[in-house]
Amino acid sequence: MLKARVIPCLDVKDGRVVKGVNFVDLRDAGDPVEQARLYDKAGADELCFLDITASHENRDTIYDVVACTAEQCFMPLTVGGGVRVTEDIRKLLLAGADKVSINTAAIHRPEFVSEASQRFGAQCIVVAIDAKQTAPGKWEIFTHGGRNETGLDAVDWAKRMEGNGAGEILLTSMDRDGTKSGFDIELTRAIADNLRIPVIASGGVGTLDHMVAGIRDGHATAVLAASIFHFGEFSIAETKAHMVAAGVPVRL
Amino acid sequence: MTVAIIDYGSGNLRSAAKAFESLTNEPIVVTNDAAVVARADRVVLPGVGAFADCRAGVVGLDGMMEALTDAVITRGRPFLGICVGMQLMATRGLEHGQQDGFNWIPGEVVAIDSADPHLKIPHMGWNNLNVTQPHRVLAGLDSKEDDAVDPHCYFVHGYHLAPDESSHVLASVDYGGTITAAVGRDNMIGTQFHPEKSQAAGLRLISNFLAWKP
Repeated sequence: MLKARVIPCLDVKDGRVVKGVNFVDLRDAGDPVEQARLYDKAGADELCFLDITASHENRDTIYDVVACTAEQCFMPLTVGGGVRVTEDIRKLLLAGADKVSINTAAIHRPEFVSEASQRFGAQCIVVAIDAKQTAPGKWEIFTHGGRNETGLDAVDWAKRMEGNGAGEILLTSMDRDGTKSGFDIELTRAIADNLRIPVIASGGVGTLDHMVAGIRDGHATAVLAASIFHFGEFSIAETKAHMVAAGVPVRL
Repeated sequence: MTVAIIDYGSGNLRSAAKAFESLTNEPIVVTNDAAVVARADRVVLPGVGAFADCRAGVVGLDGMMEALTDAVITRGRPFLGICVGMQLMATRGLEHGQQDGFNWIPGEVVAIDSADPHLKIPHMGWNNLNVTQPHRVLAGLDSKEDDAVDPHCYFVHGYHLAPDESSHVLASVDYGGTITAAVGRDNMIGTQFHPEKSQAAGLRLISNFLAWKP
């Protein structure tokens, strides 16, 4: 049977791994290639690099990081951040990425997702959605680390992206990200239950029970976390053992 | 010994090439040159994206289909098709309209169909292989073997190959029903999963393929 995936996410800035709390107050947690190698050995199911490099001059650092990682890690690698045109996708895939995640560019031009899906295949197009609760049972899409509202309803937007050929949704709760208070389960379930494509739950993991809840209660098929892994609070093995004990099938 | 990985402009060939390179000192050539494929000792056809696009990509390379047929069918060179590269071995594909495949493994590539409306499509992630027929290239991937590695492999696909002859099915996985995971006959094998992304199990399979003398 298909197993729930555990995906460590590394925020990469200027070629170095950083992870923030609510997207500010960044802390340095090392070399991305070294981290990728350790996660590969530890049995992570996939790896996600989110490139948060702001300056144009340093944008090419991500291609080197991806290329070095792909030489050492034989596991699926998703890269997001700053993907704006199909040429960005082509360069990431050629460097060794397996999937790319598109966020802001999809909001500016939704047909970019259709074009990318047609050219490279739905299997490598992940649409990243950053959502914030605006009313009970209602979430909206935000960009720029949660600062800019778009007025787009999260569930409607996710369905539209599925229709445009997204192969997967990476769903982050901006209310929960960095808080360690757990995924927004209601949001995750609202998206997952309305789509046929897989949903990765993200934002807010602080305990291993949160990972279980993302799959069991949120109906996500994968759970993504950053700080609990990078700062050594939990290992991949501990996470998976905990999930199995709670009845969530994972690859051990 | 030269291993040719056919490059027809689709997807990520670097990770496939790197996985092969990590397991052998022999030259691994990523190529779109039919002459290189014709001379190769082993041929790998990777594939991501849609069936029709991949087929058009291969057929669109000057002389590639002839070189592939010559190497694999006439001269019996070991062949490995990966994901859509495996699906192209079928008679036809039904993704986005009907398209002819190579007709090496009689059968059709059909949508994963399940009565379960909650089943996510594509089938994406790690699933455990059930080896239904022992095969040299799948050695060590059958959990019934003593020295088996973890039999989970990485899949990402919405369509799968349904062979006409069950004797061509080498392994399957369970996903809302039985899904073909590996097919083969004679000197050819195809995997729906991505061995280059499947950590221990994938590297074992590639290593087996490099040593395979069908």
